[in-house]
Amino acid sequence: MKRVFLRKLVIGFSLLAGLGLGLQARAEDEAPDAMIKRLSVEVLDSIKADKSIRNGDVNKIIVLVDNRVMPHVNFLRMTASAVGPGWRQATPAQQKRLQEEFEVLLVRTYAGALGQVSDQAIMVKPLRAAADDKEVLVRTEVRGKGDPIQLDYRVEKAADGSWKVYNMNVMGIWLVENYKTQFAQEINAKGVDGLIASLAERNKSNARASK
Amino acid sequence: MSIVRMGLHWRLVVLAVLLVLQGCATVAQPNARDPLESFNRTVFGFNDAVDKAVIKPVATGYKAITPDWLRKGVGNFFNNLEDVWSAVNNGLQGRGQEFSDSVGRVMVNSTIGLLGVYDVASDLNIERHTADFGLTLGRWGVPPGPYVVLPLFGPRTLREVAGMPVDTLGKPVYNMGDPETRTLLPIVNVIDLRAKYLNAGEVLEGAALDPYSFRRDAYFQRQRNIQYDGNPPEEDSEP
Repeated sequence: MKRVFLRKLVIGFSLLAGLGLGLQARAEDEAPDAMIKRLSVEVLDSIKADKSIRNGDVNKIIVLVDNRVMPHVNFLRMTASAVGPGWRQATPAQQKRLQEEFEVLLVRTYAGALGQVSDQAIMVKPLRAAADDKEVLVRTEVRGKGDPIQLDYRVEKAADGSWKVYNMNVMGIWLVENYKTQFAQEINAKGVDGLIASLAERNKSNARASK
Repeated sequence: MSIVRMGLHWRLVVLAVLLVLQGCATVAQPNARDPLESFNRTVFGFNDAVDKAVIKPVATGYKAITPDWLRKGVGNFFNNLEDVWSAVNNGLQGRGQEFSDSVGRVMVNSTIGLLGVYDVASDLNIERHTADFGLTLGRWGVPPGPYVVLPLFGPRTLREVAGMPVDTLGKPVYNMGDPETRTLLPIVNVIDLRAKYLNAGEVLEGAALDPYSFRRDAYFQRQRNIQYDGNPPEEDSEP
């Protein structure tokens, strides 16, 4: 009697574990374009459902972006490529600060852009990539009133098998590329600490403006 | 063509360009595509001041007093005028689909769309393909040349500056009706466009460390994107 119970318990646990593995495997198997589609729909739906967001509460969108979007972004890579050659000159502590300040800046910008969303929908274009590609380009289009807006993402396969965004493009303008010149200017003029200070200053004045 | 065989006026042009280049050597980190940077930065500051003092406040007021449907109609009207010139340029570029889409749009919107006020063509999924003469020159193989910030007009490449007189002659918005209309229409057009980008402009202002180079680099990327129909070949920029 006891043995039967134990066996059932073991089977139960292994089923549970199997289910867990199965779910995880499904997340790993999710195609990059499907991931972008799912993420976009989630975020757009949250925005449409929330009245205070539609009334322009940027701070609330920032929370949304932090919780929903940032886990799917390789921000270390984004910061390193935006900073460029200066990244290797920076100490680990400076790299950490750069990443923190750049993240605040980008999340606020992204949140500001999302605040403009009203009745838009995302259309993901057919993916052109081989099955074993580690880095792919996911092309989407924001459709609403007015001309469609091109919105592309570069995503990479992380060590755990999930897909992470490491660059994005609005109407043909790649985000990381557009910061390269400015960051290099700051570093050449005032060093890595100068760049950190400029980013922090920018973030402070942005925070003041949205209060 | 060697410099010795050039005519006198060409040698003067080369001399002038070299002088300008030298005059701008004071910029801290010269950008190869922006040899006129110090001049451009001055004009950029001027344009920004004009925008803050006049254009932005007027556009804000316009947005505040007009209902959404009216601004939509006004925007559609100007888009329809622009589509006329896009049709011509798509034709000059030998782009069949874009040409026939543009012609189709103008025909549908000017008639059923009541002189362009309603964008019926978009509802029918006839795509917009905007094109001006600067783009046509680009598709004909003219290189973009250096970056120039023009007073009031804003960022351009030299190629687009060269295209501007043709655009001015060809764009309906500059050539319709009596002299008063020809003055008024472009002004309303600018205010309407500025009103559309009020929010986006504020978002971008917060994003830049150096608004000048941010705007310039975005402009280069955007132009390249348009040139390659939204799918430019990759540059060796990824680490």
